Amino acid sequence: MSGGEPITPEMIAAHGLSDDEYARLLKVLGREPNITELGIFSVMWSEHCSYKSSKKWLKTLPTEAPWVICGPGENAGVIDIGDGQAVIFKMESHNHPSYIEPYQGAATGVGGILRDVFTMGARPIANLNALRFGSPDHPKTKHLVSGVVAGIGGYGNCVGVPTVGGECEFHAAYNGNILVNAMTVGLAEKDKIFYSAATGIGNPVIYVGSKTGRDGIHGATMASTEFNDDSEEKRPTVQVGDPFTEKLLIEACLELMATDVIVAIQDMGAAGLASSSFEMASKGGVGIEMNLDLVPVREEGITPYEMMLSESQERMLIVLKPGVEAEEKARAIFDKWQLDFAVVGRITDSGRMVLTFEAETVADLPIDFLVSASPEYDRPWTPKPKQGEITAADVAAAGEPLQALKNLVACPDLASKRWIWEQYDHMVMADTVDGPGGDAAIVRVHGTNKALALTIDCTPRYCLADPLQGGRQAVAEAWRNITATGARPLAITDNLNFGNPQKPDIMGQFVGCVKGIGEACAALEFPVVSGNVSFYNETKGEAVLPTPTIGGVGLFADASGRVQAAFQDPAEAIILIGESSGNLGGNLGATLYLREIEGREEGAPPYVDLQAERRNGDFVRGCIEAGQVTACHDLSGGGLALALAEMAMAGNIGAAVEAPDGVAVIGWLYGEDQGRYLMTTSDPAIILAAAEKAAVAARQIGITGGSEIALAGNGAVPVAELLELSEGWMPDYMAKP
Amino acid sequence: MKAAVIVFPGSNCDRDLRLALERSSGGPVEMVWHGDTDIPDVDLIAVPGGFSYGDYLRSGAMAAHSPVLREVVARANKGVPVLGICNGFQILTEAGLLPGVLMRNAGLKFICRDVYLRVETTEAPFTQGYGKGQVIRIPIAHLDGNYFTDDDTLKRLAGEDRVAFRYCDADGGAANPNGSRDRIAGILNERGNVLGMMPHPERLADPMLGGADGVAMFDGLAAALS
Repeated sequence: MSGGEPITPEMIAAHGLSDDEYARLLKVLGREPNITELGIFSVMWSEHCSYKSSKKWLKTLPTEAPWVICGPGENAGVIDIGDGQAVIFKMESHNHPSYIEPYQGAATGVGGILRDVFTMGARPIANLNALRFGSPDHPKTKHLVSGVVAGIGGYGNCVGVPTVGGECEFHAAYNGNILVNAMTVGLAEKDKIFYSAATGIGNPVIYVGSKTGRDGIHGATMASTEFNDDSEEKRPTVQVGDPFTEKLLIEACLELMATDVIVAIQDMGAAGLASSSFEMASKGGVGIEMNLDLVPVREEGITPYEMMLSESQERMLIVLKPGVEAEEKARAIFDKWQLDFAVVGRITDSGRMVLTFEAETVADLPIDFLVSASPEYDRPWTPKPKQGEITAADVAAAGEPLQALKNLVACPDLASKRWIWEQYDHMVMADTVDGPGGDAAIVRVHGTNKALALTIDCTPRYCLADPLQGGRQAVAEAWRNITATGARPLAITDNLNFGNPQKPDIMGQFVGCVKGIGEACAALEFPVVSGNVSFYNETKGEAVLPTPTIGGVGLFADASGRVQAAFQDPAEAIILIGESSGNLGGNLGATLYLREIEGREEGAPPYVDLQAERRNGDFVRGCIEAGQVTACHDLSGGGLALALAEMAMAGNIGAAVEAPDGVAVIGWLYGEDQGRYLMTTSDPAIILAAAEKAAVAARQIGITGGSEIALAGNGAVPVAELLELSEGWMPDYMAKP
Repeated sequence: MKAAVIVFPGSNCDRDLRLALERSSGGPVEMVWHGDTDIPDVDLIAVPGGFSYGDYLRSGAMAAHSPVLREVVARANKGVPVLGICNGFQILTEAGLLPGVLMRNAGLKFICRDVYLRVETTEAPFTQGYGKGQVIRIPIAHLDGNYFTDDDTLKRLAGEDRVAFRYCDADGGAANPNGSRDRIAGILNERGNVLGMMPHPERLADPMLGGADGVAMFDGLAAALS
């Protein structure tokens, strides 16, 4: 055992370990660790890798359904889509790196999530992303937007996986800490799914992909602390991506997976070789012996410490079946794709990770202790005080109510994001049925008429105002977006972005949101199958808005039955499904109307009635399946008025609507009551009768046609003008010096 | 029609192109690996889109020097039709089969969207499925699609009826998404057996995907080469 320099309290602190955690380490190890061991401990026990603050609450989430093949705990979640096929998906954050170095940070975020999915045997078929930037007026925002978008495009376009959807919002709370959440969806054969549990004493451990360099060392530790003034100095902890190598790695791994030689496979993500080897060994209940002299490296002089902690990209660790034949078969495939291939170790029955380098043992650690005995905290938390409702009576009288629509379609959160998604190849693989810009992206299952409906959603302003309702709403909106296309929602992945969990109010946001997510998942039969937690999204003590991003996946048996949001024809009835609180003045709390028009960020967000959500959504899907619906759109930010405008702009057809007698028009137009949809139909009588039978609130509010959105007695706005405003904001903003 | 698709490390439209060719030809398509020095005896060689060798150095530059490209050039010189799409077009210009270069888009950003093209000539197997002057809708997806060549070559291309497609708007009026000279989206070689184009006809060759204007190219090729 090589000792090297003694461990000082400064080194322990620099590795982000608390005194308690270090004491715990000493106790089980029975001796002082050396520097390599300390490094491994620090990353394995970092918040990012160990989920020590979130575990207690994540365990409460519903993760099962008859169609779930594999829930959280593996590289990604797996669901059954019939016909022997499975969909594998996950979302993950790359927030801190993207703030420090936007292009590489975002690019490697895409690379990492792709590997999580293809490591399980799936060919990646779609990428999505959720981006949250600071205020558009903040001096750094434009630079971050261009860098992140270019990075996502640069990586995704090159690997040849379409980027089909996502969301992008702006708020001053993200000024010093942007959020970049990337999701990958892959397609696999149900009986060819690969897991990460290493087994088979004596089996070879193989390293494939890129060589190991000194980049990204301590990325996981960086992601587990707050930012301050010296964050710029952390740039060397950001990894550098090579999408070309990733493309080769995808092809090589899928080719290898078509043979019969793999026992287990795991990508090297956060905390690189340390994390991947420990996780594989821990899951299989075995030990691993590795000779670090055999690890392919980019340069001379890389130490064992650096090798274990490097987050160099595009690398995988594989346990092969025994025998020369398996090894030669595998080697030939990686040779063909010109990727590194090295036998670096073998599986042992010791239960320990033994690392040697230059003929010396440089680490000898008990695996089970390190992984399963990692700390778990029950952090103190305080609930958010309830906010009061704000109704139309509480807002300033607003001239013609439709005029606010012009401001809303051009506000940063609602304006068209074409500027972003035209930089992403959203059509490669020739299965994108509906790309970005709609409720959910529709991607065909290659070679069939089946298709997946994919969406990403979260409304952080609700989560801030009332974490429980916000958590529910994020899941409900994902479910609703999928439902509005006619697809059947199946499961979600969650990416929970919060501030410092050691602050009780932040922990309270987290707990509230997780509870809300859990309730919605249960009520909507929409389980969580994978996810990621990102804490410490704070700069100088200012936390981001609580942002539990939800990625949803739904299924069509036949994609030709889908509907879009765009109005299809004039003279069709427009039906509003779901209860609106407009007759009571409407709740405008935490709405975009209140924020954008009145400059107020306050009030209780809309209440999410999960029973009504389910009932309304199932009803809408039934109507779509019955072929009664020509267009459908869910109501979310900006309420009824925005949904109408979006349907009109997408179809370039106007609408004439009338508010019910006695409602407060502002509340009716801009309230964000949940569980609602707009549908068009040529036969409203059938739908209204069926709704009555199903106890679903439904009301014809107008008809399509003309070139304006007209509200009886309240004027009109031209669709062309709205379109120009909506499409104009982002290009104008990005072009401004 | 028997067709082969060349596959480089980093190609990513090879499967899409193969599918479109199979749909029109009814037969299997040969996939030829970049290291191969021999190409089967086929009626059409297609060079697909993607990022060959990562497009490091310059788009298409390294692929132009790959072993298989020598054979592609030899076949082209013998008169075998060669179709290069997107990265394929970049590779064919780098290999000297077509004049000019594809520079960075004028807007300096990757652009993925449907554009309109005017079919400028139908005197080639690639475009004979269309009418002269017909406006078709086909997507582009590239960072380096800004076609540039000198004045003399430009004059020759126009004079010799070698501009296959020009960018236009839905009504056939002028439009230019990437800054290409003379709004050029696709060109032919002197002999008319090599076409390079930036837009992706294979991506709109299926009504389920929102359009099928690309089908006529592959149907036309299948009719001409069978």
